Amino acid sequence: MNFKEIFDTYTWDDIKSSIYSKTAQDVEQALHRNKCTLEDFKALISPAADMYLEQMAQMSHRHTQKRFGKTIQLYAPLYLSNECNNICTYCGFSFDNKLKRKTLNDAELLTEAKYLLNEGFKHVLLVTGEANYIVNLPYFLNAIKILKPLFSNITIEVQPLDEDEYKTLHNAGVYSVLVYQETYHREVYKHYHPKGKKSNFNYRLETPDRIGNAGIHKIGLGILLGLEDWRTDSFFCALHLDYLQRNYWKSKYSISFPRMRPAEGIIEPNVVVSDKELTQLICAYRIFNPDVELSVSTRESEHFRNNIIPLGVTSMSAGSKTNPGGYVVDQQALEQFEISDERSVNDFSNIIKEQGYEVVWKDWENFK
Amino acid sequence: MQTLTIADKTFKSRLFLGTGKFGSSLEMEKAVLASGSELVTVALKRVDLETETDDLLQHLKHPNINLLPNTSGARNAKEAVLAAQLAREAMQTNWLKLEIHPDPRYLMPDPIETLKATESLSKLGFIVMPYIHADPVLCKRLEEVGTAAVMPLGSPIGTNKGIRTIDFIEIIIEQAKVPVIVDAGIGAPSDAAKAMEIGADAVLVNTAIATAGNPTEMAKAFKLAVEAGRIAYEAKLGTVKNNAEASSPLTGFLNEL
Repeated sequence: MNFKEIFDTYTWDDIKSSIYSKTAQDVEQALHRNKCTLEDFKALISPAADMYLEQMAQMSHRHTQKRFGKTIQLYAPLYLSNECNNICTYCGFSFDNKLKRKTLNDAELLTEAKYLLNEGFKHVLLVTGEANYIVNLPYFLNAIKILKPLFSNITIEVQPLDEDEYKTLHNAGVYSVLVYQETYHREVYKHYHPKGKKSNFNYRLETPDRIGNAGIHKIGLGILLGLEDWRTDSFFCALHLDYLQRNYWKSKYSISFPRMRPAEGIIEPNVVVSDKELTQLICAYRIFNPDVELSVSTRESEHFRNNIIPLGVTSMSAGSKTNPGGYVVDQQALEQFEISDERSVNDFSNIIKEQGYEVVWKDWENFK
Repeated sequence: MQTLTIADKTFKSRLFLGTGKFGSSLEMEKAVLASGSELVTVALKRVDLETETDDLLQHLKHPNINLLPNTSGARNAKEAVLAAQLAREAMQTNWLKLEIHPDPRYLMPDPIETLKATESLSKLGFIVMPYIHADPVLCKRLEEVGTAAVMPLGSPIGTNKGIRTIDFIEIIIEQAKVPVIVDAGIGAPSDAAKAMEIGADAVLVNTAIATAGNPTEMAKAFKLAVEAGRIAYEAKLGTVKNNAEASSPLTGFLNEL
């Protein structure tokens, strides 16, 4: 069974009411279990777990140190293009948003890359919108050819691709692919993604299967916090993770926690996820899955980022710009979303060190 | 306490250390020095091969410390052989801890690929020390293809669960013609002492030291435990008796008449 078939056996409302009916006893059971099940995960993200947050944080801290040590990996996003044919009502790059579009050429890409290298980064995340006529497989391959000698780890967060395209990218040296479902609520998804290739819910849902089949080393999942009930959405994301780990056992997995931020021309979040709730979610993932990588970006505030370091997170971005050319080439280009933590890479890495954590800049070598 | 010889090198310390998971390179350096270890393993993927001044390696520049590069991240024999060659060049040593784990979750060693890679790498002149399951047959097969030592796991890596595979490790030790180093899962000094008492030649510890509240003190504790265990082994431990000896022996009648 592929994931879509499994997914179709669940209904949103059943899962939601099952999460909301979890009791303190369910949470305690989950906290005392050797290996957590998906039912336990439901308890950990339920309102009933609220009063166990400190205990969850302590447990998440211990699990994470045991598995990952006292380390935080740092990476930087490199936006290649803000061209996009999709309408996503929450995104600054949305097709119907009148903004100057930009796609980096070779020289501009190299300029941006050199800036990041100079900051110390060895892991880079390439980000685009979805504009297949200009930002497509040949464009990616060219970018990777330029960047591969410079970075030891290249991750992409681009439009969903076909399996063969992922294979080609894997062979070209892409280490990791991130693709977020945004929301697992089919109808709500349609509402937020009315136009463009992205409006195809199923194609997106099946993307991690294609990435797994292509042999990509790491697959990143996530939901956009703010679109729908975060607890129910997170259950489906954990279900997806669980399925993928069983099927594509040679791949690693990461979960990101993008929380809706202000951006040009967008709507207010439908659901506001508080710092406390996001902390609960991060700890719940760690207790559920001791080896999944958990990532927090500069969308979050200084205060939240400083304090979340020892609570389960394993990788963070720093000094980010979310517009193509934002580091050097075209600092005024319109950004995808406003970042919140604007501290320099150096300042933030000092914060990590002050907490007794080592900053890991490099954790991959391509042996192919 | 006897010294330990692996290939062409003799070690006074029977405690090997891993260098990952520490809060800083300085913390790692202090722990390594406190442990008295003369062989430390370094993941090639963590080392910046471009620069001459990699932070991790800078902190390991001490006359008594030998580097043991490892191939963590390699998923098959082919990748491991390439990684080994990169490591040899970058760290100027033909010693190698061979790690092939296609499963990034529990980092379980792949026995088939490990055997293949050990054979190729021995032929290429490497001193190969493979990380493996506590599988006595695999150990014999590795000996046949020229392994310099074997490194069976005590329990899943990073779990601190101790030597759960003890029955198999005892068989491996009994049959081995090469040094046996218990790797992975050693969570407390008492686990290390136990491994040494049953006759392991050395132990490799990382998580238990790196993530301890005070890594330097923990490193010292492991040093003492490894020495105590080894001395006990050499002094020949008394036999463990499961039953008290009967005061009226069943065969007493044979002495009658």
